[in-house]
Amino acid sequence: MRIKMTPLTCVAVPFVAGIVVAAAISFPVISAPAAPDSKVEIDNFAFSPARITVKAGTTVAWLNADDTPHRVASSSKLFKSKVLDTDGSFSFTFTTPGMYEYFCSLHPYMTGTVVVEGSTGSSAGQ
Amino acid sequence: MTSHHDDGVSRRKILECMTWAGTGVLWTVAGGVPRSMGIIGEAQAAPASGLTFLQISDSHVGFDKPANPNAIGTLEEAIKKIGTLPAKPAFLIHTGDVTHLSKPSEFDDADRIIAQARLDVHYVPGEHDFLDDEQKLYRDRYGRGTKGAGWYSFDANGVHFIGLVNVFDLKAGGLGNLGNEQLEWLENDLKGRTASTPIVVFAHIPLWTVYQQWGWGTEDAARALDYLKRFGSVTVLNGHIHQIMQKVEGNVTFHTAMSTAFPQPGPGTAPAPGPLKVPDEKLRSLLGVTDVTFTRGQQRLAIIDKPLQG
Repeated sequence: MRIKMTPLTCVAVPFVAGIVVAAAISFPVISAPAAPDSKVEIDNFAFSPARITVKAGTTVAWLNADDTPHRVASSSKLFKSKVLDTDGSFSFTFTTPGMYEYFCSLHPYMTGTVVVEGSTGSSAGQ
Repeated sequence: MTSHHDDGVSRRKILECMTWAGTGVLWTVAGGVPRSMGIIGEAQAAPASGLTFLQISDSHVGFDKPANPNAIGTLEEAIKKIGTLPAKPAFLIHTGDVTHLSKPSEFDDADRIIAQARLDVHYVPGEHDFLDDEQKLYRDRYGRGTKGAGWYSFDANGVHFIGLVNVFDLKAGGLGNLGNEQLEWLENDLKGRTASTPIVVFAHIPLWTVYQQWGWGTEDAARALDYLKRFGSVTVLNGHIHQIMQKVEGNVTFHTAMSTAFPQPGPGTAPAPGPLKVPDEKLRSLLGVTDVTFTRGQQRLAIIDKPLQG
């Protein structure tokens, strides 16, 4: 069940919308854990869900399903996507527990929150 | 251009009356009270003397979604229309969102098309022009001689023009932003100018709160307007919301222009402010440019919105 991998860091292949692509390039073993555990869709000028709670080590992916470009930016400047046109995506791996506020830097009234909880032990699986 | 003769008297009189014309409706403003004068046709016949300039906005070069798959084409139409005006404008003001995604090719296309107007263009950026991290693409092209994120001022025919930038350093949950540095610059820029100097301020996001829920306003605009309040004639030209809105507050008249690319819904009339898909035959009546005439002798500042069609 447990797969040997260099966790989290190799997951952070930014701007690769298809995880399949990342897997195909090099290490097939990472394909399972690399799948974003959590997705936020951007549509109609809103993040949906606007608030998500994840375990530390989770990769969150944002997908822009809107016909307007958006840009995901952390309020604390921890992360910032490139501009995401329609169907563009961005992912970020949250390693440290905490509350992460973010917004669209083009339309700052669009806001969202990622709540990261401590993972129990170091086990990323299960 | 026009000389500075007949200065004092007409300047003062300018403050007494301003005439607005927007898509056929003439507004006369006397003592700060706007009165609609009904539908007019003659407003088109702008007098040859004085200063006429054009506002163009939100060209979104690169936009190709269903609301207008050919935003380049409608920009070209708008520029061609400028060429047919009876009086050649002194210059163009572009109130931002020149491009859709700040791509070099989009800036290239915009430059190539807008150059066909053969007019000087004074730009301010929209948030769509600042999508590269250093905002280098916009600034390298249009930012020469500007301060900070690209603000500046200039004078033409005794009118003082101020280009402001309110699309940088935006904060979560907030509106457009001018920032302390720019506001201090504005205060200094206005210092020493007589209150009778007509002022035209232009910026991308409206400097008055059109609709807070969609971010259609500027967080710290009140401070800018405070510096402007002693002036007898202030005209504020904005874009961003892709529709005409007008408001008069004391000596300040606000006006937002149509886009040349796609319309957006009226405040709160849709779940979100995204591009509005209208029937093809209606699109060009919702896109266009704005013609502004300032005439000393006539003591009027007229703003006429010219749709591409209708």
